[in-house]
Amino acid sequence: MLWIAFQMLTGDRAKYFGILLGISFATLLIAQQSSIFCGLLLTASSQIFDAKDAPIWVMDPGMQYVDDIKPLSENELMRVRGVPGVAWAARYYKGLGRARFGDGKFQQMMILGLDDAYMVGAPQEIVVGKLEDLRQPDAVIMDERGYRSLWPNQPYILGRTFEMNDRRAVLVGICKASRTFQTFPIIYTRFSQAIRFAPQERKALSFIFAAPEPGLSVKEVAARIEQRTRLKALSRDEFAWVTIWYYLRRTGIPINFGTTVLLGFLVGTAIAGQTFYLFTIENLRQFGALKAMGLTNARLLGMILFQGLFAGVVGYGIGIGMAAAFGILAERSDRLSFFMPWQVMVGTGVAVLIIVALSSIFSLRKVLVLEPAQVFRA
Amino acid sequence: MRAAVICRKVVKVFGDGEPVYALRGVDLQVPFGELALLVGPSGCGKTTLLCILAGLLYPTAGEVEVLGYRLHEMSGSDLVRLRAKSIGFVFQQYNLLPALTAQENAAVPLLIQGVPRREALRRAGELLTELGLAERMHAYPHQLSGGQQQRVAIARALVHNPRFLVCDEPTAALDAESGRRTMELIRQIAVRPDRAVIVVTHDARIFDFGQRIIYMNDGIIVREEMPAGAATPASGGSV
Repeated sequence: MLWIAFQMLTGDRAKYFGILLGISFATLLIAQQSSIFCGLLLTASSQIFDAKDAPIWVMDPGMQYVDDIKPLSENELMRVRGVPGVAWAARYYKGLGRARFGDGKFQQMMILGLDDAYMVGAPQEIVVGKLEDLRQPDAVIMDERGYRSLWPNQPYILGRTFEMNDRRAVLVGICKASRTFQTFPIIYTRFSQAIRFAPQERKALSFIFAAPEPGLSVKEVAARIEQRTRLKALSRDEFAWVTIWYYLRRTGIPINFGTTVLLGFLVGTAIAGQTFYLFTIENLRQFGALKAMGLTNARLLGMILFQGLFAGVVGYGIGIGMAAAFGILAERSDRLSFFMPWQVMVGTGVAVLIIVALSSIFSLRKVLVLEPAQVFRA
Repeated sequence: MRAAVICRKVVKVFGDGEPVYALRGVDLQVPFGELALLVGPSGCGKTTLLCILAGLLYPTAGEVEVLGYRLHEMSGSDLVRLRAKSIGFVFQQYNLLPALTAQENAAVPLLIQGVPRREALRRAGELLTELGLAERMHAYPHQLSGGQQQRVAIARALVHNPRFLVCDEPTAALDAESGRRTMELIRQIAVRPDRAVIVVTHDARIFDFGQRIIYMNDGIIVREEMPAGAATPASGGSV
């Protein structure tokens, strides 16, 4: 009978495509918006993940997220280094500075200052140049995206100079870096250089990177640091989640995206449900005839659920494919954050299942209460 | 001659508020091998009686025995099984599934019984050939004339070899010639010693085809008659 259910579903092309349209549209909207949402959250914490060689982030206890910087004093670095189990501790500067170019243009920059000795938090992939060149005077390495925004359609040329805080900066390399929330060009430099590029502050140490000695866990050493220094010490993942939760709690991002996802769900349910319902109503006489001929309600239930499930799987496939295609285009255009983890695909699948179940339930009621004797009424 | 259908004092009342008496005590016997026509004005209760005989409705009172089964005592699921196995249906509006071909439509009762699709299609194809639709087997209902659709419906009603066939106004949607041809087919192919056929009709043009005409009015059988030249029921048959 599933074969008959399949024929009935696909035989009425207009209705079939209507149901697919509803489910695909809902899938696309839910998956695409959720993926942009995930992309944005990932962007918010991207700099934390970029510092792959920094297992422990130590910061002021009042800090709420990665851009909420309350500088530490140099003494704190010494105290962290003195905690038993800490293999090393390094300075890290994170701040904004304004660059002035030869043609008179200004540009806000994100400055990341790496410990002069350890160079922890350095970019993982240098496209042009070498990390060691950062040891040269006034040297900076800029991210690709920033370079392209400052010098669009130009080849990568090292040796370009610009001014930051009235000090000369020389471009010695170009690297890859994850997109940030602020979208400013990112420059990597030594810590001692960074505090000269940035506006003067009494304390300049944004974070302290630390690592546990061999045999000790990150969690254990972070707890010791907190206990001994009264500073906040978090693992990379913990700090990333703290940042993500901050954005979730304190910004309108979840509500904005949640609203769109909900709308996608509702519109998808409405289109798919209504079309599926109409499809069932139009076939009610045929369903009645099947019941008269001895088809049980259980098998009818199976047929309708199969029809819903089949349309759901096909619609989901189309929708998720379209969302993925959108993601690829977004990746190429380099302007939109898009990240589709498996959780988004599973979550969207569950939403589609609910849409299909709701659509089927409306129709099922009509079929199950149908008296087969009605088929004899003209 | 064994009776395929026996009704004793069958009453059917509809409605919760003011009751509507559709049947007011019907007594009827239809033997195996007989093609009986159930006729009467609209609202006289003939479709209600047909539904009760086909196991689609329970009587309010009285006894109904079909093919030896006491329908008024059977559960809903037993009635569903009986319908699937032993009763064939021809509907006024054909009720063919528009997405299935003629052959696939005719195979539906076998598929309901769980017969493998290939076998079901083979048997449906044979019957359609017998009914003169060999060339139109792969056509969809909308590609068939009314008469052809009704022949597909007859094939569907007979493909699982039921022992009781109920036809509801099988000629109502057909012109005179197609109607006569349909009844001719029912008489030739459906009527057998081990099967009873009841046809509900308004159509006086087909009264000749019945071996017995049962007249109903106001929920009761008012008279029965044998049309001139009607054959006696085919002999044989057992429950």
